[in-house]
Amino acid sequence: MGAKLAETWVGRSVLRLEDEALLRGEGRFIDDLDPVAGTRHAAVLRSPFAHARIVRLDPSAALNAPGVVGVLTGEDVVAMSRPFPAGIESPVPHFAAAHGTVRYVGEPVAVVVARDRYLAEDAIELIEVEYEPLEPVLDAVAAVATEACVSDRVFDYGDVAEALARADLVLRERFRFPRWSCTPVECYGVVADWDAAAGSLTAWANFQGPFTLHSVAAAALGLSGSKLRLITPTDSGGSFGIKSAVFSYVVLMGLASRKLGVPVRWIEDRLEHLAASSGSTARTTELEAGFTADGELIALRYDVVEDVGAYVRAPEPATLYRMHGSLSGAYRVQNVSARNRVVLTNTCPSGLNRGFGGPQLYLALERTMAIAARRLGLDPAEVARRNLVSSEDFPYATPSGGIYDSGDYEACLDDALELAGYEERRAEAVSARARGRLVGVGLACVVEPSISNMGYVTLAEPAGERGLPKSGNAEGCTISISPLGGITVQLPTTPQGQGHRTVAAQVVADILGVAPQEVEVLTASDTSTFPWTVASGNYSSRFSGVGVGAVALAANKLAQKIAEIRHHLGDDSISLRRVAGTAHWNPESLPPDMEPGLQATAYFAAPNLHPPDDQDRVASSAAHGFVVDVAVVEVDRETGQVRVLDYVSVHDAGRLLNPLLAEGQVRGGLAHGVGAALFERVVYDEEGNLLTSSFMDYLCPTAADLPRPRIGHRETPSPFTPLGAKGLGEGTTMSAPAALANAVADAIGRDDLELPLTAPRVWEVLSR
Amino acid sequence: MKPAPLRYVRPETLEETLGVLAEHGGATKVLAGGQSLVPALNMRIARPELLVDINGLSELSGFRPENGSFIVGATIRQADTRLLRHPLLAEALPHVGHFVTRNRGTVAGSIAHADPAAELPLCLVVLGGSVCTKSASSEREIPASDFFVAHYTTALEPDELVVETRWPAPQAKWGYAFCEFAQRRGDYALCMAAAAAAGKQLRVAVGSVVDRPTLLEVDPERPGESAAAQVEPWGNVHASPAYLKHLVRVLVDRAVETARERSAA
Repeated sequence: MGAKLAETWVGRSVLRLEDEALLRGEGRFIDDLDPVAGTRHAAVLRSPFAHARIVRLDPSAALNAPGVVGVLTGEDVVAMSRPFPAGIESPVPHFAAAHGTVRYVGEPVAVVVARDRYLAEDAIELIEVEYEPLEPVLDAVAAVATEACVSDRVFDYGDVAEALARADLVLRERFRFPRWSCTPVECYGVVADWDAAAGSLTAWANFQGPFTLHSVAAAALGLSGSKLRLITPTDSGGSFGIKSAVFSYVVLMGLASRKLGVPVRWIEDRLEHLAASSGSTARTTELEAGFTADGELIALRYDVVEDVGAYVRAPEPATLYRMHGSLSGAYRVQNVSARNRVVLTNTCPSGLNRGFGGPQLYLALERTMAIAARRLGLDPAEVARRNLVSSEDFPYATPSGGIYDSGDYEACLDDALELAGYEERRAEAVSARARGRLVGVGLACVVEPSISNMGYVTLAEPAGERGLPKSGNAEGCTISISPLGGITVQLPTTPQGQGHRTVAAQVVADILGVAPQEVEVLTASDTSTFPWTVASGNYSSRFSGVGVGAVALAANKLAQKIAEIRHHLGDDSISLRRVAGTAHWNPESLPPDMEPGLQATAYFAAPNLHPPDDQDRVASSAAHGFVVDVAVVEVDRETGQVRVLDYVSVHDAGRLLNPLLAEGQVRGGLAHGVGAALFERVVYDEEGNLLTSSFMDYLCPTAADLPRPRIGHRETPSPFTPLGAKGLGEGTTMSAPAALANAVADAIGRDDLELPLTAPRVWEVLSR
Repeated sequence: MKPAPLRYVRPETLEETLGVLAEHGGATKVLAGGQSLVPALNMRIARPELLVDINGLSELSGFRPENGSFIVGATIRQADTRLLRHPLLAEALPHVGHFVTRNRGTVAGSIAHADPAAELPLCLVVLGGSVCTKSASSEREIPASDFFVAHYTTALEPDELVVETRWPAPQAKWGYAFCEFAQRRGDYALCMAAAAAAGKQLRVAVGSVVDRPTLLEVDPERPGESAAAQVEPWGNVHASPAYLKHLVRVLVDRAVETARERSAA
C-alpha cells in the first residue's frame, strides 16, 4: 500500500489527546449540545405489553397538560413514514413507533413534546391507551416451526456427512447464548430539527454507524440522502455497538419535529435504554462435531436458531453472518455446514453488541473442542494445536469463504501457555480437586475478524435473490492544511471513546513530519460535510484497518504534494508553514498544472472483499487477529460463586498502532466477555415482561468484579491493511465466555452449563 | 426518569419539621441522604406531594455515647468513621451501597426505608438497638425488632420522624460477625446473616430472604440448618427459593462460627 512512515509516533503509547477535556469535565456529549434555539423536550410513551392490540389511543388530556407542545402517535408515524428496510423481508413492518399492535415491552407508542422533560413525562401519563393483550411468542426454539421463523438457510461446504460417518468421536451438544447488552455510561440522545421550507431534517445523535443506517433512516423518512443531515457529537459515552440503533429515534424525533414545528430533544434514560434500545441476539446452537481418535477436527455441523426480537431491524440478521467466513474458527477443518434460522419473538429487537456473533459462535465451537479433548483423553491445548491453521498457510481460505490474512497461531498458543504457566496450572487444579477444591483451567482459541464486508448480510438470501452485489467496507478521510500550516483531519469513524483522534494524529504526524499534538482531528462527523461511505462508522473493529488506512492515504497524498512544491521551489527544507502559505497565497508559484490549496481526500477499501459468491462463500472480514485465552477459576462449592484466579489473554492483532490503547481495548473486551460469562443476561417472564429492567437486576460487572488480565501480544502484520494493523476491540469478548465456561466445566466436571455462570446457576448445576 | 410534581420544604428546626409532618403526614416523604428515595422519585415509584428535607436540622446531627450505647442522629452519614467503633458495623458498612452513596446516605434513612436487603437494619436488630422517634405530640423509643414490620414498612406513624437510632456498644467477651452474599460488589445481598456470641449466648438475625430483618432462635449446635428451617424465601430473577434457603444455612453457619471465634479471642 506504500504508506511511507517514519518510525516515530505510530507504535508508541502516546497518551490520549481526548483525555484532557474529559478529565476536566469539558467533553462535548449529545446532551451538552444546544445547537438550535427553541428546542423542546420529548418523552416517549411505551408499551407495557409484550404483545397487544391497541384498541384505542386518546392523547387529548395530554394535549391540554401544562407546557405541552403536542403529541406524535404511532398512527402519525405510520402516516408520515415508511417501514424501515432490513436485511430480509419480514411480514411484520417495522416503524419508529407502533400503530395497531405492540410487539415488545417498551416499544414506542407515542411521543409527547413539552417545554421540559418533567412536563413531558407528566403528560405521557395522561395519554389514555386501551390494550387488548395477545399471546406473546417468547421461546424462539419452540416457535421455529411457525411463521415466527422468517429466514431459513442451509450452507454446506465440503462433505460433512461423509466426515461424520468416519469420525471416531461425534459430539452433538446444544449451547444457549443468552441475550446480553452493552450498557454504555451514556444512553441514546437525539436533537431533531425539521426544516419545512427545505423539506429536510438535521439531526444530532450519538450514532456510531454503520452509515448504512443513515440510508435506512432516510428511506423511512422518505428523504433523499442529502435531505437527512446527521451530525454526531465530538464525544460519546461508550457504545460497544448499541448506539447503531439510535437511528430509529432519529426518525421518531424527526417526525415529531416535523409534525409539531419545533426542534425536539430526546435524551434516553436508563430504564428506556435497558427495555427498548437494543441488545445481542439470543442464540441456540446445536453443534455436531466429528473428531478422529487423535483429536483432529474433521466436521462441523451447526444448527442455529437466532432470536432477533420483535422486528428484523437493520442490520440484522447480520449477527448471524458476521462470522460466516470463520465458521471453522482457527482450525483447518474442511467440512462445515450450517443451518441458520431467524425467529421473531416479542422482545426488544436485537442489534450490534461487542463481538457481534463471535461470542455465540465460539461458545459452541470452543466448548465442543474442550469436551472432545476430555472424551478423547487429550489435553485441550494439544487438541487445539493439532487443528490450528499453520503459519505457512496464510493467506488461508476457509471452507465458507473467509480469507485469513496472516498469523502464527501456534506461536500465540505457545505464548499463552507459557504466560499462564499452563502445565503447572493444570497440575495444580488436579491436585486441588483431589483435596476437594473446585479449581479448573479453561482455554479458548479464537480468530477475531475485523473490517466487515457489508455484503455478508446478503447471505440471508439465496444466490440470485440478493439484489445488487455488495461488498461495502470503505472509509474516507479529508485532511486540510490552513494558510498558517494548521492541520485538520475530518474523520467519519464516529469514535465512542476508543481514542481515534489520538491514533489518527499519530499517523498524520509521522507522514507530515509534525507532532500529534499539532494535528486537529475532527470526529464530530456530519453527513453533509464529511467524506463518508455507506460503510463508515465505528463497528467490526475497523478503525485501525480502514479508518487509519484512509487517514494514511490522505496524508500521503498531501505529503506528495508538499514534496512536489518544495522541489519546485528548489528547497527541500522549506517549512510546512511556508509550503502551506505558498499553496494558499501564491498559486502562481506552484508547479504547472498543480491544483492550488492544500487539501486531500482519500477513501480506502480493504482488498479481497467480494460479494458472496454462487456457492454461498464470503470473505466476511478483511483482517483476522488471533486470541488465545487461558482462564483459571475456582468455584465455591457452598455458594456456587466463580472466582477468576488468573486470566491470560494473548493477541496477535498485527501491528499495534498504540499499545496503550490496545491494552485498553483488551481489558474492555474482557470486561464485556466476563459480563456474558458470569453476570449479564436479559430476562423476560412468561408474559414477556422485562425482569432485568434496571441496574439492580441487570448485572453489569463493575471494576471490583473483574479479573486483572495478564496480556501478551505478537505482531504479525496484516498484508491487507495499510499499516499492517488488525482490529482487537472485540476478540476477548468473543473468547472470554468460552474460556471461562471451559474453566468452570473443568473445575466442576460438568458440561451442562448455561451462561451466565452466576453463583445461583452454578450451584443449581452442582446440586443436580 | 423525572419525578412527578411535588413541593419541597427545608425546615430549619425540629419543631417546624414536626409541625409539617403533623399537618401533611401521609402526603410527605422525609429526605435525608436521598440515596434510595431520589431514585424512587425519579422512577415515579414514590410520589409524595411534599418532600421534607431534614438536612438543615442541626439538632439531628449528633453522635454521642449514652448508657452503654451510641446515639446516632438522623443526619449522620453512613460514611461517618465513628460508626466503625462497633466491629459489627465496621464489617457491615463496606457492603452498604458504594463509597459514594455512603458519603450521602444516612444511617437513619436506611433504617426508616426498611429495605429487607439493607445491612444496617439487620445490624440494629441483632444488636438489640432501637429507633427513637418524635412527633409534634409524642416521642417513642421503639425496639428494632418491633420497628421493622414488612418490606419497606415500619412502625413509624405518618407524623413521626426518626430523630436518632440507638446502637448498643460492643461488650466485652462478645464476638460479632456479619456475612452476606451478593453477586456483585455493592449489590443488595441475596442473603445476609449477622451473629453475636458470648459463651453459650447467641443472637442470630437474617435479612434479604425474609420480609424484614429477623431474629431467629437457632439451635446452637446446628445454627445454619435450624435457621434455614425457619425461613421460606421467595425466589427472584437471580435465585431459586432452594438456593436462598441454602444460603441461609451457609451464611448463618459462617457468621456464628466467626462470631464465636472472635468471642473466644
